[in-house]
Amino acid sequence: MGYKEPPAFSYFGLGFRRLSFSGFRFSIDRGVAERGSCSLKQLLRGCVCFNGSQFQSIVLCLSSTSIMPQGDYIELHRKRNGYRPDHFERKRKKEAREVHKRSQVAQTALGIKGKMFAKKRYAEKALMKKTLAMHEESSSRRKVDDDVHEGAVPAYLLDRDATTRAKVLSNTVKQKRKEKAGKWDVPLPKVRPVAEDEMFKVIRTGKRKTKQWKRMITKVTFVGQGFTRKPPKYERFIRPSGLRFTKAHVTHPELKCTFNLEMIGVKKNPNGPMYTSLGVVTKGTIIEVNVSELGLVTPAGKVVWGKYAQVTNNPENDGCINAVLLV
Amino acid sequence: MEAEVGEESRELNNNVMCQLADPEGTPLGASMYLPQSVGTKELQQMVNKLLNNEEKLPYAFYISDQELVVQLGDYLHKKKVSVEKVVTIVYQPQAVFRIRPVNRCSSTIAGHTEAVLSVAFSPDGQQLASGSGDTTVRLWDLNTQTPLFTCTGHKNWVLCIAWSPDGKHLVSGSKSGELQCWDPLTGRPSGNLLTGHKKWITGISWEPAHLSSPCRRFVTSSKDGDARIWDATLRKSVICLSGHTLAVTCVKWGGDGFIYTGSQDCTIKVWETTQGKLIRELKGHGHWVNTLALSTEYVLRTGAFDHTRKQYSSPDEMKKAALERYNNMKGNAPERLVSGSDDFTMFLWEPSVSKHPKTRMTGHQQLVNHVYFSPDGQWIASASFDKSVKLWNGITGKFVAAFRGHVGPVYQISWSADSRLLLSGSKDSTLKVWDVRTQKLKQDLPGHADEVFAVDWSPDGEKVASGGRDRVLKLWMG
Repeated sequence: MGYKEPPAFSYFGLGFRRLSFSGFRFSIDRGVAERGSCSLKQLLRGCVCFNGSQFQSIVLCLSSTSIMPQGDYIELHRKRNGYRPDHFERKRKKEAREVHKRSQVAQTALGIKGKMFAKKRYAEKALMKKTLAMHEESSSRRKVDDDVHEGAVPAYLLDRDATTRAKVLSNTVKQKRKEKAGKWDVPLPKVRPVAEDEMFKVIRTGKRKTKQWKRMITKVTFVGQGFTRKPPKYERFIRPSGLRFTKAHVTHPELKCTFNLEMIGVKKNPNGPMYTSLGVVTKGTIIEVNVSELGLVTPAGKVVWGKYAQVTNNPENDGCINAVLLV
Repeated sequence: MEAEVGEESRELNNNVMCQLADPEGTPLGASMYLPQSVGTKELQQMVNKLLNNEEKLPYAFYISDQELVVQLGDYLHKKKVSVEKVVTIVYQPQAVFRIRPVNRCSSTIAGHTEAVLSVAFSPDGQQLASGSGDTTVRLWDLNTQTPLFTCTGHKNWVLCIAWSPDGKHLVSGSKSGELQCWDPLTGRPSGNLLTGHKKWITGISWEPAHLSSPCRRFVTSSKDGDARIWDATLRKSVICLSGHTLAVTCVKWGGDGFIYTGSQDCTIKVWETTQGKLIRELKGHGHWVNTLALSTEYVLRTGAFDHTRKQYSSPDEMKKAALERYNNMKGNAPERLVSGSDDFTMFLWEPSVSKHPKTRMTGHQQLVNHVYFSPDGQWIASASFDKSVKLWNGITGKFVAAFRGHVGPVYQISWSADSRLLLSGSKDSTLKVWDVRTQKLKQDLPGHADEVFAVDWSPDGEKVASGGRDRVLKLWMG
């Protein structure tokens, strides 16, 4: 409740003071009686004590006019008696002071309260600036923009956005720098590490099934074209053929289209160099794909046929390798 | 031995039934037996006689679109054409004069401080003008190959320039939508800036000399979607042709008095010029119409001037001469229009006959940036961003040959006045001259330091001018 509900006598007190002595009504809020904050006797006693001489008659009615929210009392008074004589002036002056008050709050509010206030105030300022700019825009047509820009192009090239050559140059320089540093800006910088017991399944071999040195890889692997297994007696890591994939669905991040490209190899598995050498493809692995069908050409004019891509899904769950091309 | 020789000689003397026909298909004379030893010279004599030509005009002969260069017998043998059927030999008149291919850069003239955006020779080939991104139009002296005048006055890049067919006026349009008329002999503006367009000018085309002389009216197209007809003497816009919903990319004033406008809203509109009413709308393209070309364009551009370099004294004389040239070139066939578009295809239209295209010319793998009819109207050349220039038959629209050699998008092309050589300028900073007869590269002209934006071959065939992003104007000579 936004206000403290005053006890029953103060109702009367208030009512008595407010009303002119032409008669008054008081009502008992049923709720009050039920709540039993005071009994009817008490109420009457209270009433008698307070205004003994003036007490003419008590009209009990169960309307809610005397026990109502504070604003309503104010409204009721205004309806009956009109506004205070100085009401409008006081209102105007209070609103004028509002600006100074806000400024004072802004300057003195400290801590988190101050920050939140400042944020709200800035948002208001930005909005105000925008509306002002909008109003300042005139609807009358003005002359065409007179600035002479650099990079003149003939009329047939004007509506076309041609990639500027400067951009291409700086890109190659950046690429060279990155390659030197050995750092690549990958879409998935961090991946969940895969534990060894999740990656490998222990295979028991031997006549009594006691030997436990073989492991089967439970994740998707990539083996090259000329892959031949080691003699089964000696192979420690088993790569099931059902989990071997050769193609990956590679998405070009700028063109936003996906191609089904052949894989050339596994470049780096974030879980460790052992997995890289085994050819395990998990989420976050950098693979090399054959992009000759994309028709990419270096600025020198050579055709690019291999590019790196990073795997974005868990291939062992989905049954396919989805990757994003690293451009 | 003798019998064998006899047999051989008999084979060689075997006759073939031939029918001469002109490019449009109408036969010339009756079909006749021709010995197989006949070659182009004999055929030329025959055609000249049948046509009753006073002077011996050169012709080229084609059998099913392949040019006949060797003896008829060898040709038939090679192509294994059956001698049972009548062989149709199509003859095409060639220009009497022969233009030498340009092969060296005679001078590199600096002067512009920003990229050169457009280059144009005057119709008589005596003057050269160029517009650039530094807001000036410069006139160059061809004899000394040095700058002549610098015309300032524009407020933004000068995108298009156009000479009037009588060579007396030069109009330039800029990126701020205003036009300026210049007097080429003094280099001074002929009046104030002509305003009216709200966005940049994409094309300017003068009214042909045979329709009105002295040349007064020209039409301009702009990005704001309308084309305006201006009067150079009244110095104001007389008619506004509005109707296109998107930018108008090119405009051409046809020889029969119609104006053709191509726009980014994929349509071509045909307007009549007295009141500016829309006559036809040619729909068919799937994307922006980038460029238009008319079969009589070269003749309209050069007006009364031709390779004989005759000077005319009065405008009436010029009008008569221009009309004569125009009629000679046009013949009986209706005017043809070809349009190149962003949807990688071109359409061949006959706008006065029907609103449906005559042929659809497909084959390019990138947008077509510039199309140009050869001066005799027999060929169409198209330059595309797929680094190739393609040659098509100018009458039927059939594909003839592709010229590959550029390593960047080809921006502009230009024909030599005798229709035997084709020049192309590209983004890879080279110009290449292609031979139409052998369908091979004739000359490679490297030398520009940056993209080549504009090329032009002078109507008298002596010089080629090219300008581009490296801000210099290069003149090439044979």
